[in-house]
Parts: sequence; C-alpha cells; structure tokens
Amino acid sequence: MDKLPPWADAVLVPLISLLLAAALSALVILGIGENPVDAFTLMVEGALLRSAGWGYTLYYATNFIFTGLAVSVAFHARLFNIGGEGQAMIGGLGVALVCLYLPWPHWTLALVAASIAAAIFGAAWAFIPAYLQAKRGSHIVITTIMFNFIAAALLNYLLVNLMKPAGQQDPATAIFPAATHLPTFQDMFAAEANPLFRGAPGNVTFFLAIAACVFVWLLIWRTRLGYEIRALGHSESAARYAGISPVKTIVVAMLISGGLAGLMGVNTAMGEAERLVMNSTEGAGFIGIAVALMGRNHPVGVFLAAILFGFLYQGGAELALWTNIPRELIVVIQALVILFTGALDNMVRIPLARLFARGRRAR
Amino acid sequence: MTDPAIELKGISKAFGPVQANKDISIRVMPGTIHGIIGENGAGKSTLMSILYGFYAADAGEIWVKGQRTQIPDSQAAIRAGIGMVFQHFKLVQNFTVLENVILGAEDGGLLKPSLAKARGALKSLAEEYELSVDPDTQVQHLSVGHQQRVEILKALYREADILILDEPTGVLTPAEADHLFRILDNLRAEGKTIILITHKLREIMEITDTVSVMRRGEMTATVKTAETSPEELAELMVGRKVLLRVDKAPAQPKAPVLQIEDLRHVDGQGVERLRGISLEVRAGEILGLAGVAGNGQSELLNVLGGYADATGTVRVNGKDIPLSGAGCDGMARRGAGIAHVPEDRQREGLIMPYTAWENTVFGYHRDPAIQSGVLMNNAAIREEAGAKMQRFDVRPPNPDLAARNFSGGNQQKIVLAREIERNPDVLLIGQPTRGVDIGAIEFIHQQIVRLRDEGKAILLVSVELDEIFALSDRIAVMFDGRVMGTRDAADTDQRELGLLMAGITEDPGGDAFEAVDAALERKDRREAVHG
Repeated sequence: MDKLPPWADAVLVPLISLLLAAALSALVILGIGENPVDAFTLMVEGALLRSAGWGYTLYYATNFIFTGLAVSVAFHARLFNIGGEGQAMIGGLGVALVCLYLPWPHWTLALVAASIAAAIFGAAWAFIPAYLQAKRGSHIVITTIMFNFIAAALLNYLLVNLMKPAGQQDPATAIFPAATHLPTFQDMFAAEANPLFRGAPGNVTFFLAIAACVFVWLLIWRTRLGYEIRALGHSESAARYAGISPVKTIVVAMLISGGLAGLMGVNTAMGEAERLVMNSTEGAGFIGIAVALMGRNHPVGVFLAAILFGFLYQGGAELALWTNIPRELIVVIQALVILFTGALDNMVRIPLARLFARGRRAR
Repeated sequence: MTDPAIELKGISKAFGPVQANKDISIRVMPGTIHGIIGENGAGKSTLMSILYGFYAADAGEIWVKGQRTQIPDSQAAIRAGIGMVFQHFKLVQNFTVLENVILGAEDGGLLKPSLAKARGALKSLAEEYELSVDPDTQVQHLSVGHQQRVEILKALYREADILILDEPTGVLTPAEADHLFRILDNLRAEGKTIILITHKLREIMEITDTVSVMRRGEMTATVKTAETSPEELAELMVGRKVLLRVDKAPAQPKAPVLQIEDLRHVDGQGVERLRGISLEVRAGEILGLAGVAGNGQSELLNVLGGYADATGTVRVNGKDIPLSGAGCDGMARRGAGIAHVPEDRQREGLIMPYTAWENTVFGYHRDPAIQSGVLMNNAAIREEAGAKMQRFDVRPPNPDLAARNFSGGNQQKIVLAREIERNPDVLLIGQPTRGVDIGAIEFIHQQIVRLRDEGKAILLVSVELDEIFALSDRIAVMFDGRVMGTRDAADTDQRELGLLMAGITEDPGGDAFEAVDAALERKDRREAVHG
C-alpha cells in the first residue's frame, strides 16, 4: 500500500476530515433554515474568543484528555476499551468517598488523595473485563460496554440509597467540604482589574491532564512496560517468543487505561460539581474513543483532539443557547466530526496516499 | 516450426514504486518442462499471477499456442488450457477428493452426473500418470504429497495442457519429490507443457529442459539446462559469484551442553506432537534436525524456546530448565543461555512495525544494562544497534527503519545479530535461510559456523535437506514427533535420510515410493483419529 509522509498523516488527514465534517454540518444547518456562517461565528465566539468560553472548552477538554489517553493506552496493546464511561463514573465514586469521608486540611492534599482513589477505582472497574479477556478470551469490547451499564446502575443505587443526604430529591451526594474545592481558572488567573474565566468550570485538574499526557508518553515510548505493551499489540506470537506474558500485559495495560479514565472523576466531581451526581460523565468516555482515533493514540494528538472536541462541546452549548438550532442538531454535528475523523478515516487517507504516490512518480 | 505453448512479450508490472516485472519475454515450447528460477522477490510469482489472470500486466502481450490471448481472470486462464498448482493448496479440507476436483467445474445444477464423470476421469488419469489418490477420502486426511496430486488432478480434469507449479517440493519428503518428478516426466511424455517455479538449483538441473533466470524483476537469461551448471545459474540469480558449499573445518565437539530426555508435548487439540524426544548437543557442534515440515520440529523449538509447555527433562550445562509454569518463558531461557532464532522471523522473531534498533533488544529489553533508571536507555540501544548492523552487514544499515522495510535476508540478519551477539551457550536456529536470498545465505551460514567454532552448541532445524547437509556435524531426523535416528553427517546420504524422514528405518531397497506412501498414510490416519 502507498504510504503517506508522516506530516500528512498527522496533520493533513485530520484536517481534511474536519473540513468535510464542517461542510456537511453546514449543509445540515442550511437544511433547517439557519445560516451556517453565523452559527460557526457564534461557536467560535462562545468557545474561543472569551476567556469564560475557554474555561468551558478546557473543562471539557480535560475530560476528553483523560478518556482519550485511556483509549490510547489500551489500544497500544490492541485492546479496544469502550468502558471509559463506566470507569470514569466509578473513578468519580472514589473521589467522592475520599472527599466526603476523610478530613482534609488543604485542597492540594485532597487532590493527591482523590486522584489516587479515582485511578484505583477506575482501574478496579477495568480489571474484571481485563482479566476475562486475558484468561478466558471474553471480548473486551463486549465486557467493557456491559460494565458501563453496570457502573451506571451501581452508581444509581449507591446515590439513591446510601449516599444521598436525607431529604434531598436529587440523586447526588452532599456538597464536598470546602477544603476540598479545587481552584478554578478564575481563582488562579483572574484579578480585580482583569476578570478572567468568570463562572467557568475549568480548573486545576487541566494541569493534571497535561501531566497525564507526559506520563503516557514516557510510559509508552520510554519504558520496558510500554515496549512490551506495544509489542503485544503488534504481534502476540512475537510477544510469546520474546517471553512477554500476554495475560500480564493485557491486565496491566487495562489497569492503566482504567486508571486514566477514572481520573476524569477528579475533574467532574471535585473540580466542577463539587459533589458526585448521576451522569456526570456525559458521554465523555465515548468521546475519548474519537479523541484517541483522531489523535493517532499519541498524547500530543490526544491533547489537540481533546481541545477540538472541547470546542465543539462548548460551541454547541452556545448554539443551543442563542439560536433556534435544536440541541439534537448539535449532537449531529459532533457525530459528523466523529464519523469523519474516526470511522471514515480511510476515506480520506487512501485517496490522499494515492495522490502522494502519483506526485512521487511524477517527480 | 511449432508455435510456443506460451509466449510472453514485454510483460511489465509495477506495484507502486516497485517494478515487480520489467519487460519480460519468454517462450515455452510445448512438451517441455521449463524452469523459472530466481530469489525471493525476483518477480517469479508475479509473472505467473499475470499468466493466470490474478494481476493485469501494465504492458505486454500473452500468446497461448500461437494466439494472442487476454487473460483478465483465472477462468480465462483455464479456458486457455492453463492450470496452476499453488504453493499453498487451494482445497476445501472437509470435501472429498472427488468433490474438490469438480468444485467450480460442475456440469449443471445436479452433482451426481458430474461426480460420476469425474470418477471415471480420475481413474484414467491415475493410470496414465501414476497419479493415484482415493477419490472418496476427505482432503484433510491426505498427506501433503497426496493433496498436491489432487491439485494436479484438478488442473488436468479442467483439461489443462499447460501446468504451472509454484515451489512444489517445499513441503515434500525427498521420496515424494522424486515421485512428483516422475509424474511431471509422464506428463511431459504425453505432450503437456510444464512451468516449474523454484529456488532450488538441484531440481532445475534434475528435471527441466530449459531454464529462465529472474533477478530483480528482470529475466536475466534463458538457457538449455543441459548446457548450464548450478554455479552458473547461481551467479545469474545473484549477479555475482557465490559459494554454494560452506567452508568449514571438522567439528571439535566437547562436553554436552544441551541435553534433552524424553521430551513430550501435547498441543491445544490434544494431539501429542512430541512423543519422547531425546537429543544431545555438544559444545562446538551443529546438530541438524531434518524432517518434513509438521513432524514436531517447530514444537520442539517452541518448547526449548520457552513458549510451549512440555514434560520431560531439558538440561543446559547440567542444570535443569523448567518446562512449564513459572520460570518457563522466553526471557528465562535467554537468562539460562539459550538464544533462539525462530523459524518465522515475521511472526515471532521481529515486531515488524518496530524500528530495527527496537528489534535489536527484543526479548532482552529487560536487561538492566540497557536501562537508565525506570526508563529504557533508547539512545544507547540505538547506537549499539547501528554498530551491530554494520557488523552483520544489514542493508541498509539504518537503525531507524522499521523491520518490515528490510528484505527477508536483512531481517534475518537483524535477528541473528541480536541472538548471536549475546554470546549464548546454546543457539536454537529454525529455517535460517527461508525466504533469504542466496547472497545472504552465504553470510548467515558463515556466521553459524563461526559460532560453532567458538564452542557453542547449535541446534539447527531446517526443511531444506541441502542446508542440513551443508552445515551439520551430526544429523537427527524427526518423523511424527519422534527422533527416528541420529547419524554422523559424514556417513549418511540423501536416500537414508529421506527414508528416515518418512519414518522408515530399514531400507526396503529399490524404489522406495510405496514404502514411503504407506508410512505417510499410517501417520495421517493417526492424526485423523486424534483430530
């Protein structure tokens, strides 16, 4: 098969996919009688041109970085972790337990403990599918999807029956103690004279997400474990020859993947809601799949793709707020982006590769 | 003058930037056996695929029996009287011989008349060409040699008079190969035309009338077989003089290093693949393990390499090696001094998308010497890889290139460099030159002999009997999971080993075809019972 130069693979393919998705979205918006240029302007203004917009965009992006990294790490071992959603929910449960039931003098200590708990809870939720895949060959796609439902049901039960404060209607925990509240961007960067990020949920967890990107990069490309994870992902027979245990590697890769997804709970429960609510994940586990696909399973790519999807989320919310474009259509636009950048990747890649090959021959 | 059975004029075919066939012209006269010889990747298979309608040529003409013919698909090739026997058979395993023969050539919607017609046809073909196979046996219960006959019968039933055979002897015992050549002889005598694709010089010399040599997509020469020699053909194939014999001094064996006693292994299907193997390899010798593929050699290598469980005893330098459970994996084996060049470098020996430098530590990547803290010392590994690639003449010597971008021979050199340079006590080496060009074969053989002379114990597994003879000091023959016998390389010959490869320890004298046939059928029946 013809090969693309690396820069075209990393930049050109996603860009063209994105333009195609945008073009189709524009047609859809035209179809319901709205002006696509106005809509796009509104999205950009709402998500990128105001600091509060950025506060939202980066808040969403933080979620997507964690789930995108989770999908990427598993994918390097040729495992398709669709369970980010459930792992993030259970990660949130870990955060809530740490914040509600342990006394914390300062948010920094609480953040460290909550992060560890989130990672452990998320990893634990990934462990059973991982074990079943490694030992019994139960397909990880099926088991992780099922575990999303189980996680939702479990969380529902816990919130309604055990963790909800008496007399509250809402299936959610009590507000976390004030000492565990994380500083938002507003707390960190706004001054009297220069009010930035007002009211936006973006918070210090964003930097934790960046640290996670660095961690994943080191893990995958610089450590023995990453070497083994990638080797297993490329060829199980070769891994066996080398003496790499497929069972152990599958389980460890999934634990790391689940832990990363679980960390998302820090952002939603501790950073934004300051309590654990039902459905705090809002589908970010699934967006993580698209983010990983578009980001080529590389932390830098995942970071950029997560920002893009953060923009789409925030821009979409702006559209819903200010125009007659219904909320459902915004989901359609997001879906088109996922479709083109993820599922239809080869639609752009193959013709592009041919074009490049022809160019080479002509020279 | 008669028209050529096949004439190709100026055939060219490119895959992307790779020119697989370049302006190839060839005339194959009717009633002859025409050999096409060349290294892997020389374009032989591409050329035949064009002739059989799998690929369309970019340029050039195909003439069959004096007629310009278009062959857009294999149906057209069959209509033109061309039959093909592939290296990997295309048979339906759970169909009988008869059902396989009529598959795709049924007359009408009802099977019965076709089957009856085919039964009659098979009977006469069997008599005419010594091509007997029981028509009612399921193909999965046939030996490989018999399956090949079914492929030939399929082609003849479709009234092919031009038969293309692609590497037909790769999976046969020497006796089966001899029988195949007799069949080909009979077919030639009946006026059929045969194109034989092979990389084995001996076969070319033995059976063909004319031989064409291909190199890097070009036809470099076509000569009468009687007027050439193996040395000349090898030179035409490689483009320079090559040493066909390995230069080596007599072995100076010392104490036993690798001792194997009563080794048994049962595979996932419950078939016992190793049935009590006992072998000994001494320091400073090469023990060649001969046998037709599929008689337990691969399983033996897997067990010794640490990735298949077994019972019995394996000792290295007198120390017992665990054969299952904890401590039985590839890395533990390497720690115990066993290096392993696996049979299939693409599936086992290398991670194809990994760069060359990453591959040079594959299996040794936990070695503390190449770590810096918790991270791998990639810069040092990369630098060392470059030096290794220089020493082993890997081309191109670029450590950043992915393994898949190297040719077969250079991939094998990367594996060899990795395994040899760790200074092991025992080297397991499977099919060291499969898919490797002649030039690289020479180098690889020299390295193996050098390692022997340094006092290492080497267990060599190869299905190429010539290679076994060229390298081994002693030769053990495997058949059906057992070692049939061990001989000194100096006092055995092709015939004795060939019979052992079919499980026959007593020479029946005369033509051994029938004894070999009977022995192979016994083995198939045993497998059918288990399977």
